[in-house]
Amino acid sequence: MSARVVLQQADIARALTRISHEILESNRGADDLVLLGIPTRGVLLADRIAGIISEITGTPMEAGSLDVTMYRDDLAKHPTRTPAPTRIPASGIDGKTVILVDDVLYSGRTIRAALDAINDIGRPRAVRLAALVDRGHRELPIRPDYVGKNLPSAQTERINVRLAELDGADLVSIDSAAS
Amino acid sequence: MTNTYLISGAALPDGTRTDIVLRDGVLAELGTGLSAAGAQRIDADGLVALPGLVDLHTHLREPGYEQSETVLTGTQAAAAGGFTAVFAMANTSPVADTAGVVEQELSLGEQAGYATVQPIGAVTVGLAGEQLAELGAMASSRARVRVFSDDGACVWDPVLMRRALEYVKSFDGVIAQHAQEPRLTVGAQMNEGAVSGELGLTGWPAVAEESIIARDVLLAEHVGSSLHICHVSTAGSVDVLRWAKARGIRVTAEVTPHHLLLDEELVRSFDARYKVNPPLRRREDVLALREALADGTIDIVATDHAPHPVENKDCEWDAAANGMVGLESALSVVHASVVQTGQLNWTDVARVLSSEPARIGRITSHGQGLVVGAPGHVTVYDPSASRAFGTADLAGKGVNSPYLGRTLPGRVIATFHSGFATVLDGQLRPADEVAGSAEQRMAARV
Amino acid sequence: MRHLLSTRDLDQESAVRLLDVAEDMADTQQREVKKLPTLRGKTVVNLFFEDSTRTRISFEAASKRLSADVINFSAKGSSVSKGESLKDTAQTLQAMGADAVVIRHPASGAPQTLATSGWIDAGILNAGDGTHEHPTQALLDAFTIRKRVHGIASRGRNLDGLSVTIVGDILHSRVARSNVWLLTTLGATVTLVAPPTLVPVDTRAWPVTISYDLDEALAAGPDVVMMLRIQGERMRDAFFPNSREYSRRWGLDDGRLHRLDPTTIVMHPGPMNRGLEISAAAADSPMSTVREQVTNGVSVRMAALYLLLSGDREN
Ligand SMILES: [Zn+2]
Repeated sequence: MSARVVLQQADIARALTRISHEILESNRGADDLVLLGIPTRGVLLADRIAGIISEITGTPMEAGSLDVTMYRDDLAKHPTRTPAPTRIPASGIDGKTVILVDDVLYSGRTIRAALDAINDIGRPRAVRLAALVDRGHRELPIRPDYVGKNLPSAQTERINVRLAELDGADLVSIDSAAS
Repeated sequence: MTNTYLISGAALPDGTRTDIVLRDGVLAELGTGLSAAGAQRIDADGLVALPGLVDLHTHLREPGYEQSETVLTGTQAAAAGGFTAVFAMANTSPVADTAGVVEQELSLGEQAGYATVQPIGAVTVGLAGEQLAELGAMASSRARVRVFSDDGACVWDPVLMRRALEYVKSFDGVIAQHAQEPRLTVGAQMNEGAVSGELGLTGWPAVAEESIIARDVLLAEHVGSSLHICHVSTAGSVDVLRWAKARGIRVTAEVTPHHLLLDEELVRSFDARYKVNPPLRRREDVLALREALADGTIDIVATDHAPHPVENKDCEWDAAANGMVGLESALSVVHASVVQTGQLNWTDVARVLSSEPARIGRITSHGQGLVVGAPGHVTVYDPSASRAFGTADLAGKGVNSPYLGRTLPGRVIATFHSGFATVLDGQLRPADEVAGSAEQRMAARV
Repeated sequence: MRHLLSTRDLDQESAVRLLDVAEDMADTQQREVKKLPTLRGKTVVNLFFEDSTRTRISFEAASKRLSADVINFSAKGSSVSKGESLKDTAQTLQAMGADAVVIRHPASGAPQTLATSGWIDAGILNAGDGTHEHPTQALLDAFTIRKRVHGIASRGRNLDGLSVTIVGDILHSRVARSNVWLLTTLGATVTLVAPPTLVPVDTRAWPVTISYDLDEALAAGPDVVMMLRIQGERMRDAFFPNSREYSRRWGLDDGRLHRLDPTTIVMHPGPMNRGLEISAAAADSPMSTVREQVTNGVSVRMAALYLLLSGDREN
């Protein structure tokens, strides 16, 4: 298997800063904004974005997490997934703008599941989508509002996102599964 | 169809190499370099010749439960396992508690021809444990019944047991007791002990067997009669028997092949093929039973062959019937459990599976050993063979064998009943051929 | 998880994982919309050969909150009670396309027989078999204990350092058996208290301490006291003289309740015989988790069904 690095630590930091600014611009500030990361690495990215936004605005902001395991449509096609906790900030999501944060946007099925999950929790004013990497191959009419990097890839390739909190270092690579 | 066989180069139980000629139903000649005109020759080089095996404890199910087994299929299973005589237990429907039923059983055996069927009579009417059956009438019937048993049920009432023991003295009978204290075994599903506690299955405590044996040996002593204990299964029972024999009490005992090989750990699978009564016991019990068989405390091996229809085993444990088929596998299981361990040699095997069961069962036509002039009951066994035991090895109707899928040593190559082959080249001879031989034999006797 | 037949063959990792999934399920049960789409299109059969409305309803709620289709197949008054065999029933359910079978059966081992027979491909969930096991009851008990002790910090934790005293008819209790294996696997220390007649004859291999004296066991200050239901008919079979004597010697009465440390957790799997094995005051005291156990039962069963029906079923 050969791995090609596509984003270094600095690239990731720049991408998240840019996304944070774009979120603030399109939302005209941080009021009524709820960041929800999709486990596992989406939660870490949402935390980082919340940190950047807090710095920019000077008001602390907290990100939550949204587990979509129980909303997936591929239950029997994968090894059993263990659900992760869902944490919604205390003020809830009703009437808010929810920004879903995920590491890699691929088929769109995870986001479809996330939209269903949100639906069972409350009724936001709007739902937006931020992804560190968009690798294409969408199977549903879903598109990101904020993207760190577009990475056209072959379906045989694997996009590997590593984040310091979990993996020791920040790095995005493409692993081409040879044989 | 020939009625002369030359078995060449077989080893007798004591290891002597010999040829054997069977002619006109009897063992005609023994010695080396024998030849016999017109004889069918069986090359027995490397094989062991045993006297035809005798099973003191077989459930043939006919009359009444023909979906499980018939006299024909049960004796086919016997022949496949090297048996030439089986004692048929009385728990048929109707129960073998009258001269009529035991004579019918005898006739069915004679017609089938695969093995001698010696009926056992019930001790009490309908096995109900209330009133003595017509023991005398069965004894003086054509079936000459000498062994009486309510097997399946225990003769629990001590007074009734005493009377039965006393009554059979008039014709040298013996009571074969299924030792199971009924109140201590209500709803019992398996041996009571560590495993039953874990599995939540109602226990069958060893004491329920041992207490009845203790009572009955004392009763036998008191009235001076003879007692046989069916399927001894616990180390404690062995101790009681050892004590009783040392005291001179006329008691004999049998152990089943499965109690010599299998233990209660198998029940953890909840596979109903391992459900049997008395139940599989602890490993310590298995080892004590082997020792007792080796030292003569237990006299014989008897199969307790108990066929059941598939649906009676293909169900949850509680609902399953007790019992295992055992005729076809008995010799291999004895081989695996006590011969391969060095506890018994082939002479001992001949004793515990042929001469002693015949003696205890009071039949003289079997169990005479491989001597010139004896009836032609011979089993030719290949002790070096090994096989994955499968349904193809079962010749009766039941497939409820606990050994399916297990590797067992040895194989019955040929069985001769009264000088006629019932098994040759490891294959059962066809029913019409065997019945024809039997008819010839009966005609010759008249 | 292919089947859930017993707690004896659960290792600590899979047990904690199941409890953690149950935590997630419990979270969703706090919301207004309690129903999850997870098992949409799956068919769960509740196959009950024994009356147990409580357990059946709990499983039914769990299945429905995961959007599974539920078929209740009760043995009472059906072909099953008229002698249809377990095998025929299983083959019927197979033909109906059952994905999971929740089975309650009076015969110990019946769920295992169903799982290993080849009669049916569905995942088998033991909802209580004879006097053998009742794994989801033990799991909900462990969940309840962990929640009481560790609160919102429960996820990922075992029961290390906790002492649990289980009191009553151990001999006939599948709840006791499942709890013995599960709680000790999770690290708890278990003491069983019962009249000697109601303890299996050979428990040397059980990882527990056995006592015949409830007062002595309670004086040791257990973290959890679990009272088991005592069946009246045991008196007939001479397991104990009468209910008064049983209650006096092995019941959690008011006197014993007041001697307990107020942080002690008092549990009962239900249904309770108030005034026999447990006093009304004990059942209703703040130390009692009886109602939590019922609530948690649904979450734990949701977790079990999820784990049973997710993942690659071919393997
Ligand atoms: Zn018997």
